[in-house]
Amino acid sequence: MYRSHVLVCGGTGCTSSNSQKIIEAMEAEIKAKGLEKEVQVIRTGCFGLCALGPIMIVYPEGCFYSEVKVEDVPEIVEEHLLKGRMVKRLLYEETVTPEEIKGLNDTDFYKKQKRIALRNCGVINPEDINEYIAYDGYQALAKCLTEYTPEQVIQIVKDSGLRGRGGGGFSTGLKWSFTAANQADQKYVVCNADEGDPGAFMDRSVLEGDPHCIIEAMAICGYATGATEGYIYVRAEYPIAVARLQIAINQAKQLGLLGKNIFDSGFDFDLHVKLGAGAFVCGEETALMTSIEGNRGEPRPRPPYPAVKGLFGKPTTENNVETFANIPTIIREGAEYFASMGTEKSKGTKVFALGGKIKNTGLVEIPMGTTLREIIEEIGGGIPGGKKFKAAQTGGPSGGCIPAHLMDTPIDYDNLTAIGCMMGSGGLIVMDEDNCMVDIAKFFLDFTVDESCGKCTPCRVGTKRLREMLDKITDGNATLEDLDKLEELCNYIKDNSLCGLGQTAPNPVLATLKFFRDEYIAHVVDKKCPAGVCKNLLSYSIVEDKCKGCTACARKCPVNAISGSVKQPHVIDTAKCIKCGACVETCKFNAIIKK
Amino acid sequence: MKTLEELMALRDAAKAQMTTRDDSSEVTRIVVGMATCGIAAGARPVMNKFVDEIAKRNLKTVTVAQTGCIGMCQYEPIAEVLVPGEEKVTYVQLTEEKVAKIVLEHIVNGKPVVEYTVGAIKK
Repeated sequence: MYRSHVLVCGGTGCTSSNSQKIIEAMEAEIKAKGLEKEVQVIRTGCFGLCALGPIMIVYPEGCFYSEVKVEDVPEIVEEHLLKGRMVKRLLYEETVTPEEIKGLNDTDFYKKQKRIALRNCGVINPEDINEYIAYDGYQALAKCLTEYTPEQVIQIVKDSGLRGRGGGGFSTGLKWSFTAANQADQKYVVCNADEGDPGAFMDRSVLEGDPHCIIEAMAICGYATGATEGYIYVRAEYPIAVARLQIAINQAKQLGLLGKNIFDSGFDFDLHVKLGAGAFVCGEETALMTSIEGNRGEPRPRPPYPAVKGLFGKPTTENNVETFANIPTIIREGAEYFASMGTEKSKGTKVFALGGKIKNTGLVEIPMGTTLREIIEEIGGGIPGGKKFKAAQTGGPSGGCIPAHLMDTPIDYDNLTAIGCMMGSGGLIVMDEDNCMVDIAKFFLDFTVDESCGKCTPCRVGTKRLREMLDKITDGNATLEDLDKLEELCNYIKDNSLCGLGQTAPNPVLATLKFFRDEYIAHVVDKKCPAGVCKNLLSYSIVEDKCKGCTACARKCPVNAISGSVKQPHVIDTAKCIKCGACVETCKFNAIIKK
Repeated sequence: MKTLEELMALRDAAKAQMTTRDDSSEVTRIVVGMATCGIAAGARPVMNKFVDEIAKRNLKTVTVAQTGCIGMCQYEPIAEVLVPGEEKVTYVQLTEEKVAKIVLEHIVNGKPVVEYTVGAIKK
């Protein structure tokens, strides 16, 4: 038995800020001090508070060290592990009060969260099946196989009210029942781990932090729907997730939790990992299956739905990673437990990846019905630099923005749809007053133009034309008539595209047009970008009274657009100026303004 | 894996290895003073003895932690035993033999070993 456990985050965020080296240094230092039989170092999945990584928790004290560097390791081992004195300067400031050290779950970031899909992330070692089992893992599968009929399992999932977490929000139990109802010699279960929305990383974190829960859930789904084989389609850009999944599958096979005759029930289930090359369209269910089959990832018209004719032409159930991650808890704790959380039509919790202009960048899991204000101001810690909140983008390039005046909307599927947004997979990008909404719409359009697979014309050509119209607006060449045309084209693309990618691609434009039309009008009529982002509508100038003639800006300007003699006011040649802003940052007298 | 019982047995065995990470209030804590004074007086073998005894007896809700100087350096090695809902008990001038007795009588049977406590020494 080890008297102390040191948990170090091994998610992608912390790994990229050197947590692997910290683990190695920690193990070496512990050995050097002769503590290797007393202290165990464990690499876990994501803790969620990515902004403060690399993260380390030392038990039994449960003390939370943030922004740990390799150089800090000797001090932690010498002081904390050897002498029992916490290294106060590394403690997460929110856990330190004058009287005592608070538990992590009492901090603003964690206290409003409710972790179901992420319950084991940052808690267990994802590469050790025993730790998953210690936290009640595989009990749900055992219960299903030994106590319930497939129909009962589907009924529990239906009763729980779980809806697809990948964006669509379709009832998971209903989806399973469709596949179960179709007779075939072979059926499949597919896990969609092709997480492509810019800013979303919850699926990656679940796979990295708790791969066994996906395996367990897929086996349960296989039992319920009559499938004996499953595929996890995960992007090759997630190497840590792929490696841990593979380890987890091998461990499950060794223990007989995958394979033939699981729990002596006669049920066989096997899993394969299939790597995706990173095309956004492959997150669409029919394109994903086409890709698994070895063909070019393009969607096909539905019906027939995958429940009838899916992977290799056989009935198939496809769910997103986060949807599956909820299944073991629903079976173990019961449908009522899950349905007790959330709103009337959206049950349970949702994971959001907080990003953009927010203090606590990271992963949060909250009950449905939590307001955007709570997420941003309380859990997220607000916007840095005292800036004003402008909007939050949900659902990535398929979603829309929630403006400041709707911040108190309880977040669930139906409320978001009602205001013209969508839940999407759960990326939440926060924007402040320095973001231009037309520019944001352009950013997402850029993405969909690149990612359109080209099969259908409305999406392939339409998104490109949309992008050109936005360019015209940000260049200051558009008329008010163009705004109407823009809206018309958006609606046309929405109505006529073949798959979800095209049908939702105009959403960022429509939402910004709806809530921030004044910004569009400022670009079109006044030829101004209120946030000061769109370069072609900006001009830099020097205020004569304030300029001391120090020449600092002239020396900094990369294109020599600033001229003037020493101790005399300088001027900017707007024809030469490339609007890089270097002069503004250099000037000590705030004499350069952009407008 | 053939039965639920088999899974549960595996779970219990795995869970016993993870008590250290249990931060619920149900856990009995043994805190050993491990400052320079404590270490010099032999706190390390004392602490290791606590860990060994707990592992040997398979006690699932007990953790061993260290702390800095408790303040009575002349009585080191010192350990505090915190059973939930009970008064803290401070043991002083510990040896490995005393630890074995404390684990058996106090932690397992619930009767503090009065003669090893700070109160008994000071009299």
